[in-house]
Amino acid sequence: MILALATKTLVSHIWRPPPISTKDHNRCHCFHRFPSFNLSFLPVLRTKYTVLDPFADPPDPSFPTLFKSARVMLCFGPKPVTSEDLDRYPSLEYILGTSAGINNFDLAACRRRGIRVTSAGDVYSVDVADYAVGLAIDVLRRVSAADRFVRAGSWPVQNEYTLGSKVSGKRVGIVGLGSIGSRVAKRFEAFGCSIAYNSRKQKPHVSYAYYANVKDLASNVDVLIVCCALTNETHRIINKDVMTALGKTGVIVNIERGPLIDEKELVELLVRGEIGGAGLDVFENEPQVPEPLFRLDNVVLSPHKAVLTLDSFAALEELIFSNLEAFFSNQPLRAEVELD
Amino acid sequence: MQIKSLWACIFNRHVKQTSDDTSILNRYWKQPRPSEFLSQHAQTIRAVVGNATAGADAKLIDALPKLEIVSSFSVGLDKIDLTKCKEKGIRVTNTPDVLTDDVADLAIGLMLAVLRRICECDKYVRRGEWKFGDFRLTSKFSGKRVGIIGLGRIGLAIAKRAEAFDCPIKVMDALGPSGVLINIGRGPHVDEPELVSALVEGRLGGAGLDVFEKEPEVPEQLFGLENVVLLPHVGSGTVETRKDMADLVIGNLEAHFANKPLLTPVV
Repeated sequence: MILALATKTLVSHIWRPPPISTKDHNRCHCFHRFPSFNLSFLPVLRTKYTVLDPFADPPDPSFPTLFKSARVMLCFGPKPVTSEDLDRYPSLEYILGTSAGINNFDLAACRRRGIRVTSAGDVYSVDVADYAVGLAIDVLRRVSAADRFVRAGSWPVQNEYTLGSKVSGKRVGIVGLGSIGSRVAKRFEAFGCSIAYNSRKQKPHVSYAYYANVKDLASNVDVLIVCCALTNETHRIINKDVMTALGKTGVIVNIERGPLIDEKELVELLVRGEIGGAGLDVFENEPQVPEPLFRLDNVVLSPHKAVLTLDSFAALEELIFSNLEAFFSNQPLRAEVELD
Repeated sequence: MQIKSLWACIFNRHVKQTSDDTSILNRYWKQPRPSEFLSQHAQTIRAVVGNATAGADAKLIDALPKLEIVSSFSVGLDKIDLTKCKEKGIRVTNTPDVLTDDVADLAIGLMLAVLRRICECDKYVRRGEWKFGDFRLTSKFSGKRVGIIGLGRIGLAIAKRAEAFDCPIKVMDALGPSGVLINIGRGPHVDEPELVSALVEGRLGGAGLDVFEKEPEVPEQLFGLENVVLLPHVGSGTVETRKDMADLVIGNLEAHFANKPLLTPVV
């Protein structure tokens, strides 16, 4: 087990792409990101491609001449890609996203311009599924709260800690049975949990109970895990009705996107004790986290790190290099987003 | 019929409620002068209820000449002098199976909490540190080799869960500097001073500990370590399981005093 000490720069894993002797200025990319995000395998990318970075410090002298011929955009992190961004790069043919979610892209604009888009696919799915289970166990068994209790020196004074709630045998509801949701289901099954789900469409070869709407799902489970992508349709899919249906002993876990839950309602319900607890890795306005949650022991808070493992980023690096090579050699792309 | 039984340790509210219905209790742990209390009641106490921290050692057994049964609110029997009980024909019961799931669940929870730094991240957010930067990369859990010491009911339940994370189950050997130790058994299974130095000196990658040598004392050198999760012996600490355990403890006592077969006899 290796604990990587990384700041905002992600540590490059040991995988290296095959060496290349010539750089073709046709293979030119622009690097689209918020200034604070950085990719430590950028130097390796630069050995194969010309990479234009609008936030390079000192500024990249070739940027003004070359950016109009950039054919690929590497979008790192959650920075939106708007129609205006696409106007700026008229030669763009392909956008490489590095998140599993693609809610930050103007896909309609991409479709109009015939620009192909790939995401991170399922490179993060295993780690995110593990994390969802870890958060659920933590909330139900009060692991973080009990750890604080011990470190505060309270055990010798109070002798017994508050009882938690059994994980095994709980009814687990999964909103969105995709790459992450299906892995979450498999893990909870080993705990003797029954699985039910909601998805856009019922899955034909899946034996779990299906609910066509999220409120019905919430009424019939003890733990609700939000595993669906953020789209216009799923914005605030977890609303007050759903959370009320989940009930006073119900637990909700969100490892996808903050805006999937009506956060203001969630906070009120938690503070009033009308919902049993929550494990949250994502929030509406990161890194802002509603302060009333800080006082609650039945809530576990996490700084959007369900994907942050060395293994996930090694897999991401491999996918990026593989897709770039595939694009320039007219081979099929992996994790391509359907734009139709 | 009300049976006089000695309750050796503190119990949570549920158990006390159940037991108030069925027996007169002498709350031993509340007595300011325990040995006086014992001599006062020695001739009438016929049952002792203990748990993972306080049971029936040779001294207590000798002090209670009318003792017939020790019903333990635990599955572990290390606090009961079983040899002495056998010699004196004293019955012993515990609470197997009902807590297997809880302990196994917590073992997996601890592995995830340590490897993915869940508790540390929660503190990071609560301290307001997220505003200044992301948390660091942590270690993937799925696929890690899991070594289990003791493949009894709990060990097997842990293995079943770990397999769903594609973790191969291995025969235990020495842990190295990237290894993580999870102890949900008993504190004395591990050399605690050695464990503490290994963690402080970085010779061991991390630990998830629910049990300690001298509970409720926890070595303070561990409090500052972010690769360690510390829990106050909550392995079976859920409302559901403690109720099931309490039902077994009371059920065993009732069976004994009604001359019926014990539910979960050990001796």
